[in-house]
Amino acid sequence: MNEPISVTALNQYVKGLLDRDRLLGRVYVCGEISNYKRYPSGHHYFSLKDAESAIRCVLFRREAAALRFQPENGMKVVVSGRVSVYPRDGAYQLYCAQMTPDGVGELALAFEQLKTRLHREGLFDPARKKPLPPYPKRIALVTSPAGAAVRDMIRILGARWPMTEVLVVPVRVQGEEAPGEIAAALDLVNALDLADLIITGRGGGSMEDLWAFNEEEVARAVFRSHIPVISAVGHEPDITISDYVADRRASTPSNAAELAVPDQEELRETLDHLYRRLDRAVDRRLQRQRDALVRLSGSPFLRSPLRTVQEKRMTLDLYRQRLVNALDRQTGAHRQSVARLAAALDALSPFKVLGRGYAIPYREDGAVLASIRQVKAGDPVDIRVSDGTIHCRAEGKEKHQWQKRS
Amino acid sequence: MAEKKLTFEQAMARLEEIVAQLEAGEQPLDQSLSLYEEGAKLMKQCASMLDKAEQKVTKLRMETTGELTEVPFAPLEE
Repeated sequence: MNEPISVTALNQYVKGLLDRDRLLGRVYVCGEISNYKRYPSGHHYFSLKDAESAIRCVLFRREAAALRFQPENGMKVVVSGRVSVYPRDGAYQLYCAQMTPDGVGELALAFEQLKTRLHREGLFDPARKKPLPPYPKRIALVTSPAGAAVRDMIRILGARWPMTEVLVVPVRVQGEEAPGEIAAALDLVNALDLADLIITGRGGGSMEDLWAFNEEEVARAVFRSHIPVISAVGHEPDITISDYVADRRASTPSNAAELAVPDQEELRETLDHLYRRLDRAVDRRLQRQRDALVRLSGSPFLRSPLRTVQEKRMTLDLYRQRLVNALDRQTGAHRQSVARLAAALDALSPFKVLGRGYAIPYREDGAVLASIRQVKAGDPVDIRVSDGTIHCRAEGKEKHQWQKRS
Repeated sequence: MAEKKLTFEQAMARLEEIVAQLEAGEQPLDQSLSLYEEGAKLMKQCASMLDKAEQKVTKLRMETTGELTEVPFAPLEE
């Protein structure tokens, strides 16, 4: 062993010793992370230390990508891996296969970390949340096409508001492919404008089952959706990162369906209520008009023309009466004159004397006999007396002496 | 008139507007009456939209050609 050997050979020799050691091939080490660095290659380098010592550690790209949480300086972790030598530096280090948080669950830590980060970035900002459309025309359900969740949502949407179309965008909701599929579906619905509201979620399960909705990929897709998103993952107590980012969080898929659309029963009640208000309003309007009419018709402005008309009518009546009276008086006077004239005429009537024993003789041709010269013996003579006519025949005639004197 | 084409939302909004206007009662009587008539018609329209509505459910499907189609969807009972 007196022959000098190369540095490389020495390092290779030590590396060989360590690599062959059964204990060092698989160790679990707990400690605090310091000097954590991510390299562009994808490998992560850090030191693990306790109060007195430190060891260099490396986490290769593949293992680093599998981490759900983000290692940070000061974080207590448990690392499993093998101890070996990096020949170029002659430094021995811990090649990590796995790293888990010490004391808290890995998922819980990952959740908290992502939540803190996205919160700091403003993805949960209430001001960024979009209002839900009150009457969505079409809802996209980004969820598994199998299972109770989608069925419950469709049933409740149909019962509450059948006018809304439902589009199921099938995705896996658990497993490695789930986050990518969910994010792609959200982007697709947005890109093609397939709906005006999105519900994404799934039914209940373990934290592991629900994990897709705690992935940053999904959270960011929810955030960049210009269509409002309701997140509905698991049961009431389960809260995911998607819930924080979504415009609205529903406690369950059924609850999401209730939040998404109005209830037609309530709407019918609202309609009835509006109808009553409409009726009352128009009734009041009509009543006001009636009142106004009554008020107006009672006012002197409207009453005085009527009074004038009545007064005029009374005056007219008066005039008419006077006219009638005047006419009556006039005809009365005429009647009297006529009566007087009639009486005078009557007095002069030759027939008037017949009553006193005078008679009028008529010849056969109707001529009044005033002289004996108008008849000869044998002629028929009619003698008119007060109550009739006597048919006679002239026996003869004799001239009176006093006739000459007149 | 375009009244026939009103969505439920629009009909409802118009209805609320009419009721508010009538309640304010500032328009002439004949206008009140025509508002009332319009309101009653909208009311009937809204109710019949609710009565006639039938839920339409489809599923997005990616064809082998890469084309997206929508096919009727009925969730399986478990």
